[in-house]
Amino acid sequence: MMNTKVIIAGVEFKNPVMTASGTFGSGMEYAEFVDLNKLGAVVTKGVANVPWEGNPTPRVCETYGGMLNAIGLQNPGIDVFIERDIPFLKQFDTRIIVNVCGRSAADYVEVVEKLSDQPVDMLEINVSCPNVKHGGIAFGQDPKCLFDITKEIKAKAKQPIIMKLSPNVTDITEMAKAAEAAGSDAVSLINTITGMKIDIHKRAFALANKTGGLSGPAIKPVAVRMVYQVANAVKIPIIGMGGIANAEDAIEFLLAGATGVAVGAMNFVNPYTTVEVVDGIEDYMRTYEIENLTEIIGAVK
Amino acid sequence: MERKKKERAVVYRQTQIAAGIYDMWIDTSIADQARPGQFISVYTQNQSALLPRPISICEVDRENGRLRIVYRVAGKGTSEFATYKSGHRIDVLGTLGNGFPLEEAKNKKVFLMGGGIGIPPMLQLAKEIDGALSKDIIVGYRNKELFLVEDLKKYGTVHIATEDGSVGAKGNVMNAIEEEGLCADVIFACGPMPMLRAIKAYAQEKGIPAYISLEERMACGVGACLGCVVKTKEIDHHSHVNNARICTDGPVYLAEEVEI
Repeated sequence: MMNTKVIIAGVEFKNPVMTASGTFGSGMEYAEFVDLNKLGAVVTKGVANVPWEGNPTPRVCETYGGMLNAIGLQNPGIDVFIERDIPFLKQFDTRIIVNVCGRSAADYVEVVEKLSDQPVDMLEINVSCPNVKHGGIAFGQDPKCLFDITKEIKAKAKQPIIMKLSPNVTDITEMAKAAEAAGSDAVSLINTITGMKIDIHKRAFALANKTGGLSGPAIKPVAVRMVYQVANAVKIPIIGMGGIANAEDAIEFLLAGATGVAVGAMNFVNPYTTVEVVDGIEDYMRTYEIENLTEIIGAVK
Repeated sequence: MERKKKERAVVYRQTQIAAGIYDMWIDTSIADQARPGQFISVYTQNQSALLPRPISICEVDRENGRLRIVYRVAGKGTSEFATYKSGHRIDVLGTLGNGFPLEEAKNKKVFLMGGGIGIPPMLQLAKEIDGALSKDIIVGYRNKELFLVEDLKKYGTVHIATEDGSVGAKGNVMNAIEEEGLCADVIFACGPMPMLRAIKAYAQEKGIPAYISLEERMACGVGACLGCVVKTKEIDHHSHVNNARICTDGPVYLAEEVEI
């Protein structure tokens, strides 16, 4: 009997496959393509205390083996989210992880408090968005700031929290250690890598925001390396992501030390990716006669 | 029922119909649900160019399960598509977007206005508009490299403008309607932003509705990534801010409802 279950901070997932925040909405748009019941969890698009307009367009552009985005965390605000998105997701047998964003500690805390009596399984705290001017990444690039905000959120959160880490730092293990020391139940990584593209014909930036976050297969080796480093630096579980396009990619992350894996930009390229990853992991387990998927987590030392 | 899907379609045939303009028919199961003004996302087979290219539906052959797309070669993706011969596989996602509201043409004098690569969606629209009092199809090109004119003539009265004045009115579609003294009760349009802005202003001045089809850089094409938004006059029902998603809430909007 094959067992794909994983446990993160006491929460059991039927399999480790999740969606990366911001690439899957709240699941509505992809429910037409994939059976959400098959996923370990849906991680929702970042939500703030009030609606955010996001950045001007163009917000996305293609790059070699990936893409840049500077959406700027457009979201409808937590009240609409609670009324509309959570009931939608509750129809499915999958875990719900809500990604929370803010411009100040008070913003994050307001959202976390509003979610306290909601049927969500975990909270992912976005302190690593490179595309908003205030908040976001500012909290995620200094270990002291990250420690403080983690502590503040952890004190108010009723669900386990996952601090989402930025790769745009000198040493990501310092950030992971700060999150762990402040009581974070898990970490997820990597968020996008800050990048830029210039249109040589228009002599202008490809994105209105000038810079954007790089995602897609182009960043996968960086992400695998960082997951491995963090897995060797902290004891809390890791949700790994960055360019996962298929089961082989996801398995690399598990072997590097991730307990969960998330599909991001590749949802845009192939809307069936998440379920294909779930099926492909099972194939891999059959091929190598793996009984419990947890056997391979961090198996490459 | 209309249901979006990604599938491997097959090129039925492809021809070049003007400088840099290609005309491709594809065999696909999504043809039967296609409506005028909708689009499909077309994928390259180049793993370094991952994002799909949104391309408008030019014509639908429901009987044979075929869609026609007419596109301009603009970069890596479309250059690749242009090399495809009959029988080549082509991955598509669709059908996407809302399409034009055909019912708004009933008992009205209608303008169908297309500029450049905004002309193709006018063909299926002209074909499907039923019960209009008149159908004036006004199309604007850069120069005498015209395309789709003969197809369009089957479904309405065609008026041409060219930027260099080599055929029809000199200038754009607005110059053509002025020169020929045309008038309408409702407008359907697709084309470059300056043309759409001019149409919005014209419609406002005449007090008539204009349904315009917009374009923006997209990633997912299905409303999840929030990449392709347009500013809206009112708070959008889905986003709860003044932004609507062109890929799903559009690409067709009543001009007065969007800030362009």
